[in-house]
Formats: sequence, C-alpha cells, structure tokens
Amino acid sequence: MILHLILYWEFFKIGLFAAGGGLATLPFLYQLSFKTGWFTTAQIADMIAVSEITPGPLGINMATFSGFNTAGISGGLSATLGIITPSLIIMVIIAGIMHKFTGNKYVKAAFTGLRAAVCALITIAVWEILKIALFNFPLYTKTSDISDLPLVKNIIFFILLVLLLRKIKVHPAVFIFFSAVLGLFVKF
Amino acid sequence: MKEKISILDLFLTFAKIGVMTFGGGYAMLPIIERELIDKRKWISRQDLMDYFALSQVTPGVIAVNTASLLGYQKRKTFGALAATLGVITPSIIIITLIALFLKQYMDAELTARLFAAIRICVAALIVNALIPFFKKGIVNLFTFIIFLCCLVIYFFFKISPAVLIVLSALAAIIHNLLLERRPR
Repeated sequence: MILHLILYWEFFKIGLFAAGGGLATLPFLYQLSFKTGWFTTAQIADMIAVSEITPGPLGINMATFSGFNTAGISGGLSATLGIITPSLIIMVIIAGIMHKFTGNKYVKAAFTGLRAAVCALITIAVWEILKIALFNFPLYTKTSDISDLPLVKNIIFFILLVLLLRKIKVHPAVFIFFSAVLGLFVKF
Repeated sequence: MKEKISILDLFLTFAKIGVMTFGGGYAMLPIIERELIDKRKWISRQDLMDYFALSQVTPGVIAVNTASLLGYQKRKTFGALAATLGVITPSIIIITLIALFLKQYMDAELTARLFAAIRICVAALIVNALIPFFKKGIVNLFTFIIFLCCLVIYFFFKISPAVLIVLSALAAIIHNLLLERRPR
C-alpha cells in the first residue's frame, strides 16, 4: 500500500513537471530508476519500444508499464492515475481562465525558457538510451580497453536507421517490426 | 456546440482516440481531427490548434492535457474527467496484458535478441523525433544558452529535471524583464 502511494506520488510529480509529451517523461523515468532501482535503464528502453508499438499515448503507456514493473497490476494503475492527476487539475483551471492569459508577455517568456529546457531534457534521455543501445559500458569498466566500448554493428545499424527514417515516412511501428525481425537473424 | 454530449459519449469517444493513437501526443492530432472535427463536429479546427498548442507547453502528457481541455469545453469538470479516463483506459488494459506476457517470457534468449535490435531502432526514432523539438525550442541565442546550461548542470550536478524546468522558466522571465528595462 505504501509502495502504491509512493508510486502515485512519484508519477504525480512526473505529470506535474514533464511538459511536452511522452518523450519528456523519459528523463524523469531515468532519475526514478537511479533513485529507487524499481526498474533498470535497459527495462526503460524496452518499455519505450513496447509503448511505441502498442496503442495509447506514449506517456500513459510508460506510466502503466513502469508501475507494473514496480508493483504489478495495481502498481500500473497507481502510476497512471498519478501521472494524469496534475494534468486534469491544471487543465480544468486553465480551461476556466484561458482567455485571460493568452496574450500575457511573462507567460509567453516563461514558455520560451521552458521549451529550451525540454530540449535539453530530451537530449539527456537520448544519451541514456544510446549508452545501452550502442555502447558496452559494463565491459569497458571491467577491461578499461577503449576498443571494447563501441558496439560497431549496432552503431552502423543505428546510423542506417536514422538515415532511412528521414527518407521514408511510415509509421514508427513498421520500423520497430522490421528491426525485431532483423534481431532474429543478427545478434546485436 | 450547444447540443448536450453525454459523459459516457465523451468517455467512449476518447477511449476510441486512445486505441488509435500510437506513440507520443503528436500522433494523436490526426486521429482527433478525424473523430472530433470531421465525424462528430464537436469542435472547429482552430479550437483544436489552440488546445493542442496549450497542451504542449503545460505540464503533463500531451494526450491527457488535450483530452482534459476538450472534455471541459463540453461538460466542464466531469467532462474533463470522462475524456481523460477514456483516453487512458485502453493503455492500462493493453499494457498490463503485455507486461504480464513479457514477464513470463522476458528471460528467453529470443526476447533478449529481439529487444537488443528494437532498442537500437527506438534510439533512432527518438533522435529523429528530436528535430521538431529543437526547431520549436531553440529559436535564438538565449534559448540556446539555456539549453547548454541545462545540459551542463545536469551532467555535473545531477539536478532534478523539474528544478531545471523551473529555473529555465524563471531565467526566461528575468531575461524578458531585463530586455524591457533596456532603453531602445
């Protein structure tokens, strides 16, 4: 029960501070992972994958999944309800007074700073996922041999994917599906 | 606009939107256009753009923010609640089922191989998704400096992302005040 309350509260905070959609929740999830050990950073990467290929908003899927990994079905529910509560309260208040503030210059200025910070936060999240997807930090720490660090095959595949994504506009799930198929034949 | 939309109708409509949305809040936009503007004529395109913009810069998951705002327009607070619960219900059910399934098979060699490949793909997808964020977020020297400061502060001091967001918003307000003070 206590764990569920903590889960609710942690995800309440994520809902309160993560502005800009599902990706923006990532840095908070990494922080939660470091702080509590409820799930590993590798698990976060897997949760992103599953959340991308299943229906539903990314942020909500991530919350349900992280909650589930921490405390089972009811944990998923606690985390999800936690992440939506601040949104609901804030949006109901804003919807009530929206017309008064749309032109306020300080509100506009605050948003400029906020958007820049969001860019930084997502960059950090990207770095955390690249660290496990393209590099072998555990092996490098053991051997201290720099040639053990990069996973060359993974990096080549990654660069190919980035280039393809810019050329071909199909649903992300298509890319994930074909990557999974490739994973059957190639060991990354 | 004036016709009464039932709470249940709001819930079911947003549950449908939840089922059809894959990925981040941005993926929701075309679905809402089809369901709420073209099919049901609940809102205008201009309304949707305004709500969506507001949902992006306010805290929280974009999809939930948009659902709350739209629900509120129709049935006030209970409408917001119904729309939000609607949009999250499919996620909770589907993800729980998948998580239960994964938990049983996660240790299998095959799943590990699949996810090693999928992880690389997810990294590429996120890097790709970064570009529109940067276009909107880093628009001048000032925002670029805020961006760099956040990165440096995070990597050296491991400060909570929430603190970074509040500090950045404050910095921007102060910057705005200083610009006003300066004689033109």
